[in-house]
Amino acid sequence: MDIRAHVSMVFHLDKCIGCHTCSIACKNIWTDRKGTEYMWWNNVETKPGTGYPTQWEDQEKYKGGWEKKNEELKLKLHSKLGGLGNIFYNPYLPTIDDYYEPWTYDYENLFNAPEGDDQPTARAISMITGKPMDSIEAGPNWDDDLGGSPLYARNDVNLDELTDDEREQLNELERVVFFYLPRICNHCLNPGCVAACPAGAIYKRGEDGIVLLSQEKCRAWRMCISGCPYKKTYFNWASGKSEKCILCYPRLESGQPPACFHSCVGRIRYLGVLLYDADQIEKCASVPDHELVAAQRNMIQDPFDPEVIAAAKKNGISDAMITSAQNSPVYKFVKKWQIALPLHPDFRTLPMLYYVPPMLPVLAKTKDGNYDVDGLEKEGLPAMLSSLEKARMPIKYMASMFSAGNVQEVEDVYRKLIAVRIFKRAQKVKDYQQADVDAALSQGKTTAEEVEAIFRLTALPTYEERFVVPPLGREVAVEAWEVPLDHKREAGFGVRNKIAKRKF
Amino acid sequence: MFDNALFIGFPYAAVTISIAVTIYRFFFDPYSVSSQSSQFLENRKLFFGSVPWHYGLITILLGHLTALLFSRLWGLFTANQTRLYVLEITGLALALMATVGLVILFYRRMADARSQAVTSELDWILLVVLFLQVGLGFWVAYYYRWGSDWYLHTAVPWLVSLLKFQPDITYVTALPFWVKFHFLNGFTIAFLLPFTRLVHLLVYPLSYLWREHQVVIWNKARH
Ligand code: SF4
Ligand code: SF4
Repeated sequence: MDIRAHVSMVFHLDKCIGCHTCSIACKNIWTDRKGTEYMWWNNVETKPGTGYPTQWEDQEKYKGGWEKKNEELKLKLHSKLGGLGNIFYNPYLPTIDDYYEPWTYDYENLFNAPEGDDQPTARAISMITGKPMDSIEAGPNWDDDLGGSPLYARNDVNLDELTDDEREQLNELERVVFFYLPRICNHCLNPGCVAACPAGAIYKRGEDGIVLLSQEKCRAWRMCISGCPYKKTYFNWASGKSEKCILCYPRLESGQPPACFHSCVGRIRYLGVLLYDADQIEKCASVPDHELVAAQRNMIQDPFDPEVIAAAKKNGISDAMITSAQNSPVYKFVKKWQIALPLHPDFRTLPMLYYVPPMLPVLAKTKDGNYDVDGLEKEGLPAMLSSLEKARMPIKYMASMFSAGNVQEVEDVYRKLIAVRIFKRAQKVKDYQQADVDAALSQGKTTAEEVEAIFRLTALPTYEERFVVPPLGREVAVEAWEVPLDHKREAGFGVRNKIAKRKF
Repeated sequence: MFDNALFIGFPYAAVTISIAVTIYRFFFDPYSVSSQSSQFLENRKLFFGSVPWHYGLITILLGHLTALLFSRLWGLFTANQTRLYVLEITGLALALMATVGLVILFYRRMADARSQAVTSELDWILLVVLFLQVGLGFWVAYYYRWGSDWYLHTAVPWLVSLLKFQPDITYVTALPFWVKFHFLNGFTIAFLLPFTRLVHLLVYPLSYLWREHQVVIWNKARH
């Protein structure tokens, strides 16, 4: 057992309102520089949809992540030798057009245009070339709220599993359904970006698992961009360096949650430490598709188990870190209650960001203008939530996203979430019989106490309950050997300057 | 005197500056070391330019280097006429390939607005110098045949004399103008190397072959 600590995350999709505040918070802090205009380290996309960059989930196109070949785990992108051979031209690199060409507007023309018969206009100006753009063909969230769905939503690769009939139904007005998927770097346990980088510039921090990309070691070989199946490393075309989400480590190190977490309007985000067994990584990434979720859950260890605690201490994990893991909301969602699932475990990078799948689009299907409650009796569920089997958004779609196609895993989550709803409704509105509640609890394989706890952490959590930031304290610890004011002086004067001043 | 400056002074100066600046750059400004790839902005023309250019050029450069390092073996190899023919034709083909690739890259930088946005003055200078070099190489290979053989008795001893710090330029002074131009332009490239994106050839990531896939860095030493 090789116990390590990992700062991990849960996004509760039922709570996401698609406001993009998170994306803006991130952009304002990290990606408002030249060459990063098109980057959204945090982005929120509409599902079904093709996302950002377009069709990022299609690994036949982008070759991200890992695949099992003859029982061996291989990077989908390249062998090591093949990678060195493709270094002059990476055949699977997304280009700027797969994202969008960033632009601004020529506002000055509104003031400076000579008098004429027509109103002056502010033309779109490319932020790459500085030249006017004739037409804007894509932008961030181009397909937000199903905009242009015949082109976008219909090409969502997760729909591949559905029958033609099911796909057609999704386009009927009465059945149209969507939800939001906020995405950041998953800070994976078996990251494809790290493995694909020939320069060894990307690394995982041992103490907290944050995946960082060294700007000094990056040589623009750009393999990480293909290697990450989530397309969460980005190429800064101006600096010639790749960049990625840093989980706001400077904020974490001073006790604050990342900016996207902090600013989240829907309060959908949770952050906390997970203890995991690093010895299991390779085995876990190699199990058959339908076992992936279970294997990953298995790798996460119980922070209350004395054996785990002893092993953690042996590995130099501090008491404070262990306490932090015990208080972690992520541990509860992922391991204790098992209602948060990784996004696309089939990419086999073992992402450490988990999602509570959304209920709303799944349930509440209508028929002839009324809620369709047929068949509920058969399932033994009271008539408020329609049947899971007849879900508006087919469960297979959810399974394709969150459990590598294992429908059982997703159903288990939904049964438990339904139990929470019915239990709370019985308590507050009192329009359910106790028998209904008991049936729902048993279907959800849960108990009254657990359901109450899920409800509290979902609906009424405090700031401190949502974000249990571990005591990384590097920012403070540095004061032990460096004068903080010296340290401060070096910040903010540009990278080159700082390096020239560095003592070595 | 002038020849001394060209074939002793210039090579030594170029290489010395080159090494000094390279060291400086790696230690004091590692951030600036990048291949500055522009594939992200323009993909198609790059394919037809970059692939033939790199593969053609690297093979030829390795040929030059092998002949320099293992001149005796190389001499034995070229002693046979058939082998010499094959070598010369391969060399010409590769030079052509590299030249065509570079022309496409040149065109790409000129015609494509996005590529232009990431092209610096130094990039243009580098492109011109590189183009001169492969063009001259091709020219020399074509008009002054059997270079793979006479190279051994002219440039190689001259370079070896430079390396041994006992410079002897008599090996090269009598050569035709274009050949000498090719030599000197070569040192110009060596000089430019640390100032331009060309540094990327010094950091070709061979160590990827033996590195573990995953990289974990610990802040504190682990026991
Ligand atoms: S999600 Fe993050 S850690 Fe995982 S492969 Fe992509 S960039 Fe790397
Ligand atoms: S800020 Fe929160 S609620 Fe708003 S889009 Fe982002 S994740 Fe969703």
